[in-house]
Amino acid sequence: MSLFSKNSDSLPVFWIKYLDAFAKEKKEKSFFKKTADSKGLQNTRFVVFDTETTGLDYKKDRILSLGGVAVVANQVIVADTLELFLKQDFYNPDSAQIHGILKQGNYLKVNEEEAIAQCLDFIGTDILVGHHVGFDVAVVNQSLKRAGLGRLKNRHLDTEILYKRLVHPANRSLQDKRYTLDELAEALKTPLHDRHTAAGDSLITALVFIKIVHKLNSDGEMKLKHLFK
Amino acid sequence: MQNTIATRIYDFLKQFPPFQFMASDDLFKISTLANVLYLDKDQILFSRDELYSDRFYIVQQGAIKLTRPSGNKTKVVDICDEGDLFGLKVTSENTYRTTATANEETIIYTIPVEAFSAFAKANKAISNYLIASFASNIKDPYTLQQNGSLLNTYEPDRNQDLLGLQQANYSKNVVSCDPSATVQEAAQLMQSSRIGSLVVTSNELPVGILTNRELRNAIASGTDTTSTLTKDIMIHPVVCAPGDITVGQAQLMLIKYGVNHLVITKDGTDRSAIIGILSKHDIVVSFGNSPAELIKEIKRAEKTKLLRMSWEKATVILTNYLDQGLPLSHILNIFSELKGALIYRTMELSLAKMSEPPPVPFTWLALGSQGREEQLLYTDQDNAIIYENVPAEKEEATKAYFLRLANRMNKRLHKVGYDYCPADMMGSNPLYCLTISEWKEKFKGWIYDPSPESMLLSGIFFDYRRTFGSQQLVDELTAHIYSLLGDSSIFYRFMAKDALKNPPPVSFFRNFLVESDGAHKDEFDIKNRAMSPLIGAARVLSLYHGLKNVNRTSTRYEQLAMLEPENRELYESCAYAFKALLKFRVQQGLKNGDSGRFIQLESLSKSDRLKLKRCFKPLRDVQEVLRVRFQTQNLS
Repeated sequence: MSLFSKNSDSLPVFWIKYLDAFAKEKKEKSFFKKTADSKGLQNTRFVVFDTETTGLDYKKDRILSLGGVAVVANQVIVADTLELFLKQDFYNPDSAQIHGILKQGNYLKVNEEEAIAQCLDFIGTDILVGHHVGFDVAVVNQSLKRAGLGRLKNRHLDTEILYKRLVHPANRSLQDKRYTLDELAEALKTPLHDRHTAAGDSLITALVFIKIVHKLNSDGEMKLKHLFK
Repeated sequence: MQNTIATRIYDFLKQFPPFQFMASDDLFKISTLANVLYLDKDQILFSRDELYSDRFYIVQQGAIKLTRPSGNKTKVVDICDEGDLFGLKVTSENTYRTTATANEETIIYTIPVEAFSAFAKANKAISNYLIASFASNIKDPYTLQQNGSLLNTYEPDRNQDLLGLQQANYSKNVVSCDPSATVQEAAQLMQSSRIGSLVVTSNELPVGILTNRELRNAIASGTDTTSTLTKDIMIHPVVCAPGDITVGQAQLMLIKYGVNHLVITKDGTDRSAIIGILSKHDIVVSFGNSPAELIKEIKRAEKTKLLRMSWEKATVILTNYLDQGLPLSHILNIFSELKGALIYRTMELSLAKMSEPPPVPFTWLALGSQGREEQLLYTDQDNAIIYENVPAEKEEATKAYFLRLANRMNKRLHKVGYDYCPADMMGSNPLYCLTISEWKEKFKGWIYDPSPESMLLSGIFFDYRRTFGSQQLVDELTAHIYSLLGDSSIFYRFMAKDALKNPPPVSFFRNFLVESDGAHKDEFDIKNRAMSPLIGAARVLSLYHGLKNVNRTSTRYEQLAMLEPENRELYESCAYAFKALLKFRVQQGLKNGDSGRFIQLESLSKSDRLKLKRCFKPLRDVQEVLRVRFQTQNLS
C-alpha cells in the first residue's frame, strides 16, 4: 500500500469496512485453519463480475457500467446482483458502438465513488470471477486509486485460464489459443444474449464458470484451492 | 435498480403458462427472486421421497426426466423440456413423488414457492392451469390413456413392445362352424358375430378356416352357390401354433405357409383344443414399432424431436434383443442401419435449413466407435466433413458454409441423443472440416510423422465410415491412405505400440486388475483394459493387410483369419472375444444406466467372471503377434 496513505480518520467508511472484513477473515482463517480449508466449493460465494469501460486502456479509460452476480453451489442467485451505471465526464466514442452506453444514456447513474462503495459492499471478501478478470480488477483499482484508496484485496479467477484446463490433450496445440467470452459460451453451449451489458456478460460468465467448475470437478472431490492451482 | 438478469428471466417466463397469465409487475418481482441452476447430464435434482424444497423449477434449456420406480425397474413418468414447470407441491404430500434427473445438460430457473403461491391463489387462470397440469403430470403407465397432457411434449412410447419377440396377441373369441354347414349359414354366422373369419371344426378340432375372401371368391366367381358346403371352399389344412408364439415367429409362419390366419391350439398342433385365432392384421398391429417400422418413421421425421423419440425406442429394442440373447452381430447390423438412417435424416433436415445447397459435393463421416459400427448406447459424436477441393478464391466461403452445416448437424445430433465429443472431434471443429486435399495432408502427417499424440487422433480417424454424401471422396481418401501406408513401417510400429499401451486386464496370478484410485477405484475398466487393445490390434493388422471398408472389429478379425491361415484360430477367438466383451459391456451399461465401462467385480457371478477371463487369452496372444511382427520393443 502507498506510503502516503491517508490516516484512517479521513478514509471513507466503506473502505474501512472492506479492510476490516478481510482482517476478520484472516483472523478466523488462522484460528480455524483446518475448517476454513474444508469450507468447500458448495458453500463459497463467488462474485462473477464484469465492467464496461470507455476503452481498453485501463489507465486512461473509465468504467461506464459495472455488473456482478453471486454464484453459490452451482446456482446464479439473481436476487444477489449488482448493476450500476456510472457518471463519467471522460467519454470515448470509439467503444460506444460495442456496448451502446451513450454518455447521456437513459439510465439512473451514480458517481464513481458511490459506485466503488456499492461495489465493495457487494463483493466483500469473496472470490471474484470474470472473463479476463485481470482487466476488470485493474480498472477498479484505478478508480480506487483516484479516490485515494488501496487496491482490491479479493482473490480472483479468470474463466479463460480455467477453461484451458479442460482442453483435451489431443488438442494440446490449442493451449496457446486465446478465447473470447463468445467462444467459451459457444464451446460450452451457453446461450448468448445481452452481450455487452455488464450484467448480461456477468450472467453468461457465471454460467460458463459453473460449467467449467462442474467439468473440472467430475469426481466431486475438488476443493476450493484446486481452482487456484 | 436496473436488473438485466431478472429482465431476461422475465422475458423467458412470460412466454409460458402459467406465467403468461400474470401481471408484468408481479412476474418481474418473481423473476428477481429466481436462481439459475446448471445440471450436467444425469445429475439428480431431487429424489423421490425427499422433502419438497421451498422452490419449484422451470426448464430454461435442456430436459429433465421425471421417473418413479415400478417393480424393480424405473419408469419414465414425464420428460420436461423448455418452459415446462415441475417440482411444485400441489397436493398435501410432503415428499416428491418422482425423481428428477437431467436428461441432458440443463439450465433451470428455480423460484420460491411462497412468493409464487401468493399470486397463484389470487389468480384464477393460474390455479386452473396448475390443477390441469398437475392432473396430466401424475400420469403413469396406468393412466397413460388419459392424454390431456399440457406440459409434456414428447415421451417414449412405453406401451408397445417394440419388436417381434414379445408374445403375439391373438383373438381368444373364436367362432366355429361345421364342415357340412352351407356357405350361406357360415356367412350368416359371420355377419351376426361381426367377424371376418371362422374356424371350421370337426369334433372340436380345427380342420379349416373360412374368411370373407373365400366367401367372396366362391360367390363372385359364380362357380359356387349359396348351398355350397363350407368344407369345399375352406382353407385347409389349417396352420396351427401354440399360445406362446412370438410375433416374429408368427410372422414367419404366415409367410412360410402363405396364409393369413393361424389357429392357436393348446399344444400347437391340429390335434388339440382351439384357444384362439391370429390374423395377419394382429401381427401388423403389434409390429407397429419394429426396427423396420422405426426406420420408416425416421425417414419420415420432420422434426428433431421425432428423431429423438425414435432414438429412445431404439434403446428399448436393444434391451429386448439382448434379453432374448440374439447374436451380437445381428444386433450390430440392425443398429448400424438404425443409426445410419438417423444420421442420414438429421443431415437431410440440417441441409433443408441451409439457405442454399452445398457448393460442392461433400461427405459426412462417422469416426471412432461409430465408424466401426460398434456403438450401441450412451454415445459421443465423433464426426468430420470432407468436401471437394475448390479454387483458392472460393476457399473461405466454402469452408464457412460447411462449418455452418456441421454446426447445425452437431447441435441436432445432440438433441437427438448424441453427446458432444469431449475432445471436440466433430465436423464443426475447423480442424476436422476440410477439403479432400487437406485431409490427405493430414493423414500424410499422421502416417509419416507419427507420435504418441498423433496416435490419439489416428485411433479415432482411421476408423471412418461414410454416413452421408459422396462415396467417391471417401474412396479417394482410402486409396490415398493405402498408397502412403505401403512404405511406412514406422507408422505400423507406432500404431502397434499404441495398441499395446493399455494396462493388462489380469495379473500374473490371473486376478483381475482393478483401478487403484479415482472415482472408479476397485472397479474393472473393461474398455481400457480389454476392448481398446483388441480394437487397436485389429486396426493395425487390417491396415497392414490393406483391408478396405472393413471397420467393425469382429469383422476385421474374421477377415484376418482368412488372410493368415496360420493365425486363423487366434483371430477367430479374438472376434469371438470382442463380441462377448461388447455384449458384456452393453448389458452392464443397460443394467446400471451408464456407459458400462466400469464393472464392479463383486456384482458378477462366478461364471460371468470366468467368461470374462476367457476373453483375455486371445488378447494376450494377439498382442504377442503385434510385438513380434512390428518390433515394438525397439521403439522408444
